[in-house]
Amino acid sequence: MTTTKSTSKTAGTSGAPMVKAEGVHKSFGPAHILKGIDLEVAPQEVFCLIGPSGSGKSTFLRCINHLEKVNAGRLSVDGELVGYREHNGKLYELRDREVAARRRDIGMVFQRFNLFPHMTAIENVMEAPVQVKGESRSAARERATKLLDRVGLSDKAAGYPSQLSGGQQQRVAIARALAMEPKLMLFDEPTSALDPELVGDVLDVMKDLAADGMTMVVVTHEMGFAREVGDSLVFMDDGVVVESGHPREVLGNPQHERTKSFLSKVL
Amino acid sequence: MSVDVDKSDRSPAGPPPPPPSIKAIPVRHYGRWVAAVVVIAVIVLLGRAFATGNVNWDAIPEYLFNADILKGLRNTLLITLLSMIIGIVLGVILAVMRQSKNPVTSTVAWFYVWFFRGTPVYVQLFLWFNLGLVFQYIDIMPIYKDEWSDFMTPFLCALLGLGLNEAAYMAEICRAGLNAVDEGQTEAAHALGMSHGKTLRRIIVPQAMRVIVPPTGNEVINMLKTSSLVIAVQYYDLLQAAQNVGRDSGVVVEMLILAAAWYLIATTVLSIGQYYLERYYARGSSRQLPPTPLQRAKAKLSGGFHRAGGAA
Ligand SMILES: Nc1ncnc2c1ncn2[C@@H]1O[C@H](COP(=O)(O)OP(=O)(O)OP(=O)(O)O)[C@@H](O)[C@H]1O
Ligand SMILES: [Mg+2]
Repeated sequence: MTTTKSTSKTAGTSGAPMVKAEGVHKSFGPAHILKGIDLEVAPQEVFCLIGPSGSGKSTFLRCINHLEKVNAGRLSVDGELVGYREHNGKLYELRDREVAARRRDIGMVFQRFNLFPHMTAIENVMEAPVQVKGESRSAARERATKLLDRVGLSDKAAGYPSQLSGGQQQRVAIARALAMEPKLMLFDEPTSALDPELVGDVLDVMKDLAADGMTMVVVTHEMGFAREVGDSLVFMDDGVVVESGHPREVLGNPQHERTKSFLSKVL
Repeated sequence: MSVDVDKSDRSPAGPPPPPPSIKAIPVRHYGRWVAAVVVIAVIVLLGRAFATGNVNWDAIPEYLFNADILKGLRNTLLITLLSMIIGIVLGVILAVMRQSKNPVTSTVAWFYVWFFRGTPVYVQLFLWFNLGLVFQYIDIMPIYKDEWSDFMTPFLCALLGLGLNEAAYMAEICRAGLNAVDEGQTEAAHALGMSHGKTLRRIIVPQAMRVIVPPTGNEVINMLKTSSLVIAVQYYDLLQAAQNVGRDSGVVVEMLILAAAWYLIATTVLSIGQYYLERYYARGSSRQLPPTPLQRAKAKLSGGFHRAGGAA
């Protein structure tokens, strides 16, 4: 696993960043949440985002696929500006259709799973390929079966989300995102709604994805995962990046007071 | 403490022997017996009053399938169905309009609901009937031109009066349904690259249906009965037919009872349909659906005897 990863990593580092944020600001009315975020996520990198509750981690993640609109700064994915088109030095807002088209390439996994409760597991996975990409149902079903197999749930294909455990639901949600063959995966605390004994299964699926060279931005409280799988780690507090670097360095030898006090609480 | 002792006593002994079944005198429900006696007495008295009263009972089966009555019934069912279709389609559109980011659209929807919910449907029917005082001609330029009174038939009056009124109520029901769906569902669909329209159609509406269907079933049943108000616009519905036949044949009360019977039959059929529709839209929402009455009856017949005995 480690060997495939390191080889793919060297291939990736030469490329342009997958996600690039320059001075990203976001407010909700008077509440200034993101106060100038600068960071880069390289292709095939596992990029971990940690920080106290309310620091703006989810908000930043949601900006990346334009579920939230950035107020200032530049945010781009794979070289394309999020939510805007640049033409002759002017920015044009994208139409809903164009925003939707860009989102196809970005998978997202939510803290609360957000599976479609009126569809079975396999229908959840098939939905976007059929409805968005226009894939035939039989082809989509075949691929969905493989994806469910990959996350270890081939026997739950016909189950409705309400009949699955939290860990199983989250793995279906990952399969659902993967069905669109994204180039970037966003994870928003994918294990924090799970019972402790179910966390491992989900993390295993994510490790497997990382080993396959998927670019991942992961908001997490699982420091063990960050240390083991992460390539970079950013500590955010109060809407700014306080500290960043290799996970083992930041977690093992934090430089800033705020990082130290946060880590002393969670480790 | 004592619980701990019990446990440690039992666990090394392996599986415990089955406990002896409890022998106790069941609670006597005297209230149920009294209620049953009272109810039976009332039914007997009422039945006798009606049977010996001045009602020609034979007329009811005789006219049950009378051609005029059946025509009225057909018209009632037709106007109910068509008004509900108008109501549901327009209601969904209004509900989506209410949620629109476009302020013009949402305001128009708000005013529509405000007006049609704020006035009695009976008054609205009269208004449609008398709109000829405002518009003398209908003139849809190249296609159609006619005198208003010829265009606005009783059927159209009834349809517009009931359908447009219903739309206002359906709009509120649909809005509640759409709002009941978790926001995370929209986000998940958008994150997968689904458009607004697809998200609405594939993800939101099917889930909203669970909230929308039960009150809509009530609306259908209500509409069936409310449709008897179309007598105001001289539409030939079941009630009108029953009254006409009754007047012509001198069996006025009998025909009213007959009409009531037909309304009851129709609402009963609709209730059964509603039950199964609700089950359909509840799929995936609960781990296991409750049994249908048929399944329950079978279960009772096979296993419920001693329970019935205990209750008696
Ligand atoms: N739609 C919104 N409208 C108004 N305020 C919001 C909205 N979304 C988030 N916020 C606010 O933004 C702040 C940051 O929220 P965010 O969810 O990004 O934090 P977080 O770092 O993900 O925290 P947690 O670890 O608890 O998930 C919070 O104070 C929250 O109240
Ligand atoms: Mg969050």
